[in-house]
Amino acid sequence: MADTRDDRRTFLKVAGASVLGAAAVPAVIAGASSDADKPAGKQWAMVIDVQRCLRDQGCTKCFDACHQTHNVPDISKRVPPQMLAKRIIKWIWKEHYEGAFPEQQHEYMRQSLHGAQVPVLCNHCANPPCVRVCPTQATWKRESDGIVMMDMHRCIGCRYCVVACPYGSRSFNWITPWPRPFEEHGTPPNMKYPTRTKGVVEKCNFCAERLAESLRTGGPYVPACVEACPTRAMTFGDVSDPGSDVRRLLEARYTIRRKPGLGTRPQIYYIV
Amino acid sequence: MIEKALSGSKRYWGWIFFLLAVMGGAFLAYLYQYTTGLGVTGLSRDVPWGFYIAQFTFLVGVAASAVMVVIPYYLHDFKVFGKLAVLGEFVAVAAVTMCITFIFVDLGQPFRLMNVFLHPSPTSLMFWDTLVCAGYLVLNVIITFVTFGAERKGIKPPAWIKPIIYLSIPWAISIHTVTAFLYAGLSARPFWLTAILAPRFLASAFSAGPSLLILLCLILRRFAKYDVGEVPIRKLAVIVTYAMAANVFFVALEIFTAVYSNIPAHMEHFTYMYFGLTLPDGTRAAALAPWMWTSTVLSLVSLLMLLTPSIRNNLKWLGVACVMVFFGLWIEKGLGLVITGFVPNPMEGVTEYMPSGIEVMIALGIWSMGFLIITVLYKVAITVRKADPQAEIVH
Repeated sequence: MADTRDDRRTFLKVAGASVLGAAAVPAVIAGASSDADKPAGKQWAMVIDVQRCLRDQGCTKCFDACHQTHNVPDISKRVPPQMLAKRIIKWIWKEHYEGAFPEQQHEYMRQSLHGAQVPVLCNHCANPPCVRVCPTQATWKRESDGIVMMDMHRCIGCRYCVVACPYGSRSFNWITPWPRPFEEHGTPPNMKYPTRTKGVVEKCNFCAERLAESLRTGGPYVPACVEACPTRAMTFGDVSDPGSDVRRLLEARYTIRRKPGLGTRPQIYYIV
Repeated sequence: MIEKALSGSKRYWGWIFFLLAVMGGAFLAYLYQYTTGLGVTGLSRDVPWGFYIAQFTFLVGVAASAVMVVIPYYLHDFKVFGKLAVLGEFVAVAAVTMCITFIFVDLGQPFRLMNVFLHPSPTSLMFWDTLVCAGYLVLNVIITFVTFGAERKGIKPPAWIKPIIYLSIPWAISIHTVTAFLYAGLSARPFWLTAILAPRFLASAFSAGPSLLILLCLILRRFAKYDVGEVPIRKLAVIVTYAMAANVFFVALEIFTAVYSNIPAHMEHFTYMYFGLTLPDGTRAAALAPWMWTSTVLSLVSLLMLLTPSIRNNLKWLGVACVMVFFGLWIEKGLGLVITGFVPNPMEGVTEYMPSGIEVMIALGIWSMGFLIITVLYKVAITVRKADPQAEIVH
């Protein structure tokens, strides 16, 4: 993935800001996000139709597809049941509506939303706090398409990004991710996806590896979760392109985002 | 100089071996954590930072508090602190070393630590914190080495050390400010999203740090027959009193803003901390409450004791008050402040945290390492000073 990562980390930016000292940090942040109100380039985004998703409340197809594609460690057989929620690694999962949207709920809202299981994942924020806090740039916002990337091989495991994420979208490998999922569950691993070690953070990458593959082959780019959804509740596309499916949907339907007041500008939009 | 630490009484060696034994146990515990992963701790998805980071935060304050002797002595030429200055700086050396070790044991991939310098990230407060803490250690090692080296020879320290000492003053303030900024700039965590966090950190640091120094001086009087004098201890006690009053006031300000504004996201953390929360299934989550009330009582009672001149000026009662200040603030900062920030979590779920035995063991080992550093450095300093009691400290 020889992307714009190195451009972003131009020597001048780092050296200049280092010399100017901590006082310069807000300026650097402001400079980096001044263009954030309208992403200059591509920005992959997703619209999730919660009512469509609710047609099958017990469905787990999107997370199964995601976790299999990315060899996400399944530790359920290796930790005591009461510890599973504390140690689990998940890229996409369902959160009850009130937890996902704590400031956009009330006791008299439509009945179907009470306790409704809503798919949540990394928001690939236009202004991601996790990227700002990472001390090694192991996580960064890719300028070419707005994906918040994660390098599990550079990560030092300080978990500052986990602390800074307002959506709980980041998982830490508390124990060794091996043995591989297939050894326990009989499903073969995706040999095209690199592995990780214990002690690093991981999260949804909008299937950046599938994007790279589609650019190579000229095929369509659809994340695994979107592809797997039986009710077509997820729509994926470039939100900076007025003709894209996501933009058409955003135009047609009223949508909300998680914790809009924090200024992170999430790129997962919800039709509730 | 260091050979002075190699001869001592049975009690001295007993203490040294005790510390070494705890460190050895902690090292084994760390090997277990290193091979198994941080899953051996009580940490979780919802509470990703805990005991280690809290100890780090508390100890950055202890390290920074060396300025409470450096400012009077070097900036105001307050000669009374002549014997104390280097003792305070030695505590800073030990505390920063502990801080760095606590960060190290908290990392999931500790041997990638150098990535912080290979890929410098000026937008990350953790990058700055690493820089300022490492820098503060270097500054204090240089300062103590040069000034104490000169004292030993009975000569004036070289003039070039003065600017370095002056630099260490804002630097000390900066290490604790940057540490507060680690927390105070996160939109995800309303509990820490408060401008008073840095001043509050400094106030608690300037009471806990000098309290520890007073206790160390009292221990030296009792066990090492070395007396820094009652006057400097009393002056330190005044510093502790002012800082403690400021700290209690700042905590009250935090509670007022959170509770009176009535914003649930801000208030719930304080409710959890002092009273606990009731979960949807009816169970109570209140693990921190007994600790926090202990801390509150220790803080308030010790402040009242310090404010009473007859108690403050009685070295025995002063020692008791200092123990209360130190433990009260250790709970407040070393448990309450970090953990409460994660409860409830951003999805309003409640996952409680208590350190595991492994975590406590490793933390004890790091504290032992700190006390070992203090013991050895103090032993050297006192042996040198006792050998030539007439030698005047001519800084």
